[in-house]
Amino acid sequence: MSTAKDVTDASFQADVLDSDKLVLVDFWAEWCGPCRAVSPILDQIAAEHADKIQLVKVNVDDNMEIAAKYQITSIPAMKLFKGGEVVKSVIGAKPKPALEADFAEWLK
Amino acid sequence: MRQTIIIGSGPAGYTAAIYAARANLNPLLIASSVEAGGELMKTTEVENYPGFPEGIQGPDLMAAFQAQAERFGTEIVLDDVTSLELRGDVKRVTLGNGDVHEALTVIFATGSAYRKLGLEDEERLSGHGVSWCATCDGFFFRKKNIAVVGGGDSAMEEATFLTKFADKVYVIHRSHTLRASKTMQDRALENPKIEFIFNKTVEHIYGDGAVTGLGLVDTTDGSETTLDVSGLFVAIGADPRTHLVHGQLDINPDGTIAVEGRSSRTNIPGVFAAGDVLDPTYRQAVTAAGSGTVAALDAEHYLASIPKELLARATALPEPETVSA
Repeated sequence: MSTAKDVTDASFQADVLDSDKLVLVDFWAEWCGPCRAVSPILDQIAAEHADKIQLVKVNVDDNMEIAAKYQITSIPAMKLFKGGEVVKSVIGAKPKPALEADFAEWLK
Repeated sequence: MRQTIIIGSGPAGYTAAIYAARANLNPLLIASSVEAGGELMKTTEVENYPGFPEGIQGPDLMAAFQAQAERFGTEIVLDDVTSLELRGDVKRVTLGNGDVHEALTVIFATGSAYRKLGLEDEERLSGHGVSWCATCDGFFFRKKNIAVVGGGDSAMEEATFLTKFADKVYVIHRSHTLRASKTMQDRALENPKIEFIFNKTVEHIYGDGAVTGLGLVDTTDGSETTLDVSGLFVAIGADPRTHLVHGQLDINPDGTIAVEGRSSRTNIPGVFAAGDVLDPTYRQAVTAAGSGTVAALDAEHYLASIPKELLARATALPEPETVSA
């Protein structure tokens, strides 16, 4: 299981928008196979760049308000937040090298 | 060096692994990093796999396949193959992490990839209302009007599944006859939330940040209409995933890998194919599993026919498992 923090509708403001770090939000659900596949890859990327980014998870089943606010219509959806703004969005499970390339600008 | 490497982790790959492992071929199975388990990972209830009279969830079925392959000693790697060198007695398989594995035989069971409509707006709106996976994305279309394009089993299954969420599901099909099995057709036709639109193709997908509608063209008279929907699920079939073997393995005009007769033997000795990648017709989990069995038995037979010195290189211990690139 992922060790990333679970963020909710209630805690999103404090944990993501008000964070002074780069926060990578993984929108996921239990019933989403590709989400299960990509989850350990995100964990690895976050662990390897712990000084740069923090990984958190939003379960869309339990937190529909945030999912709706960010117009999530496909999961896994990964959004990188900086200072309360989305700076990068990635949709769909991808192999690790592809995700690293997507987020390269913020991982260096 | 290995006796056999299996590429793919759907019913064909895992069944080949079960047979190869039980024949003491010590198989290594390359499962892919994000698509391990294959097509059935994106399905829900599987009702036509023998042995499960009450049905079984696709992901549960694949977990059982994997467990059975591992029980007999299959080693599984969750990575993607980036290149293959299949000619010669020793085959080389390079992975995304840079590891290179060698084997005397390769069983190629990479399945197929979703076909796209080929429209300009499809890529742009992918993940923003255009989807290839109802079980992944259907949840986000609660109380919405959406469309499924396609006329086969997967289109019927997706449409039926999507009625759990959507108010209305249009099924758009280019002809007036469905390819889907009778059971799946009837289930969709009887569903009050599903409306069929026959003899139309999708020519445009409208919307800026999200899908708002479709432009349809009538295949009989060419007339154009629009349909307001907030989602489009594409289920128009799949193409064999063969890009790794172009220029090495013979490919049939329909895109499948060419094999000899009813065997799994490709044009390169020691290389076998299994599952949807060689099947233009049936493409069922159970036919893929049967095809995996054929490939493992063919590989076993091939290994029994090669010079003993060569075979000894794959069975001698200790051998490094991998060599770096």
